[in-house]
Amino acid sequence: MRHLRRWALNGAAAVALGYILMPLVFVVWLAFFRQEIPSFPPDGYSLKWFAAILDQRKFVDGFRNSLQVGVLATAIGLALGVPAALCLARRPFRLRTPVASLLLMPLIVPGVVLGTSMYVFHVELENGLDVDVLGTFYALVAGHIVIVIPWVVRLVTASLAGLDRATEEAAQNLGANPWVTFWRITVPAIRPGIVAGALFGFVTSFGNLEMSLFLVGPGRTTLPIVILQYLEWKIDPTIAAVSVVQIVLIGGAMLITDRYVKLARVV
Amino acid sequence: MARLDLEKLSKRYGDFFAVRDVSLQIADGEFLVLLGPSGCGKTTTLRMVAGFIEPSDGAVRLGGSDVTVLPPWKRNAGMVFQSYALFPHLSVAQNVAFGLEMRKLPRADIERRVEEALALVRLTGFGGRLPRQLSGGQQQRVALARALAIRPDVLLLDEPLSNLDAKLRQEVRVEIRELQRQLGLTTVMVTHDQEEALTMADRLVVMNEGAVRQVGSQRDLYERPADRFVAGFVGRSTFLDGAVEAPGRFRTDGGLALACAGGMPGRAALALRPERVEIAPSANTNMSGLDNSLPGTVEFVSYLGALIDIHVRLSPQDRLVVQIANRDGGFAPDVGQPVQVGWPAAAGLVFNE
Repeated sequence: MRHLRRWALNGAAAVALGYILMPLVFVVWLAFFRQEIPSFPPDGYSLKWFAAILDQRKFVDGFRNSLQVGVLATAIGLALGVPAALCLARRPFRLRTPVASLLLMPLIVPGVVLGTSMYVFHVELENGLDVDVLGTFYALVAGHIVIVIPWVVRLVTASLAGLDRATEEAAQNLGANPWVTFWRITVPAIRPGIVAGALFGFVTSFGNLEMSLFLVGPGRTTLPIVILQYLEWKIDPTIAAVSVVQIVLIGGAMLITDRYVKLARVV
Repeated sequence: MARLDLEKLSKRYGDFFAVRDVSLQIADGEFLVLLGPSGCGKTTTLRMVAGFIEPSDGAVRLGGSDVTVLPPWKRNAGMVFQSYALFPHLSVAQNVAFGLEMRKLPRADIERRVEEALALVRLTGFGGRLPRQLSGGQQQRVALARALAIRPDVLLLDEPLSNLDAKLRQEVRVEIRELQRQLGLTTVMVTHDQEEALTMADRLVVMNEGAVRQVGSQRDLYERPADRFVAGFVGRSTFLDGAVEAPGRFRTDGGLALACAGGMPGRAALALRPERVEIAPSANTNMSGLDNSLPGTVEFVSYLGALIDIHVRLSPQDRLVVQIANRDGGFAPDVGQPVQVGWPAAAGLVFNE
């Protein structure tokens, strides 16, 4: 009976894992097919689609744009999210619970809804202020900050729970003012949360499609949008190769991060 | 080191007084212990001295200068926290050096003083370890070294031994006390453990409900407790409720007439220390030398090894605890056995209500 139960449990886990991995396996496999129109079984294998990425300027530009937006949005998201998490964890104020929910909201609201509302907001802002907003790089970054903040707030809040506040008092007792205490004691203690928040925030920003569709200007498309546009008229394995490159980069970033802070402990 | 004065210190949260009108003078080099149950205000008092809590009223003077409104980082007070509060990402040496770096001492001086401080707590050679690589007792000593390295005007100890196991606690008690004497440290320690308080203090302060109940030596508190709370909190007392009929005459609610020392007529409690009461089997009783001699029945016996606690029923309302030494051939009580108990009038302390 106990054997049976363990088998059932392991079996269910295997099915779930397979279900998650299946698309990834196929995308990776597809990236190495030789023929242009994917069909099974493949005619043979080739690396030419990886070379094809570099031949297409829009992929390279899209990648650079996504990187710039992601890095900037993550940096600003950290600058806003870390103090927000500290405040939520420590200052008892009346609207704490609603504010905490509000900060996590962008994780739940569908990207299309987020994109539409930001688009409308940007139009209104442009009309009201008489400056270029819509389709600018900074408007796009501002949008991405909104989806970075929840990750930072969530993960920093989680790591704050493991911080002994007496260590901060000890630092002050030894002569450190609050500023020095924050940088020398608090930040090192919540570093796992900060690093993990930054990583997940960046990945979310980098992979975001729905919201970005509403916010990008001409000639300033991000990588996910380039991929979508390419797919509209071609289905050769270039797209699969681009996806493999993304998977490898993000997976690599996670592995490297995990060496310094154990992600499993904060996520 | 310096003297420390608390003047009518109070901390109020709304209508609730966490600390009320606490005035204490701690002499240069004195070891003062604040003792009381949890929530009595002792920790709040200590934190006001450290600067973590701003007093609602009153003043804190350190070495004669008023530090009441100074933030913690501008006071020269070294504190050892209950959780030790070591910086987990810094080595032992870096932990101890932290306060010295904040004081912007030259590198060479810092290194020398870190070595000195670690030597004081017998941790020479442990400088390179991380706190989590040390035992609880070692961590506690690092916390002490860190507080001592800054050469504080006053050393503040917040339940510093409560996270150590019983055996280690006894050793560390002696170590801290010797170090404190040797360095002449003005020290304030907070504890709820009366044995710890009695063995370490020069002078004790018993607090309850935010107020100081009694200040004095170990002997003062034990022999001459100021009120019923102190009599029950320091050491152990059995309380017999009743009334003083006339000075020297006490009648319990159970109707026993007892001789006592002094007391004002009216409702009162008679407190007896368990070890001051004599007990003997009824059969061979000779307690004529004692002012009080009463028959009773053994109701409960608890065997503590070196000592034995005997609960004796004197009347339906009155029960007494007697403590005797566990000697060869000594009295070995059985539950239900009739006994005779007795004590001199002076052993009973009267607390009027």
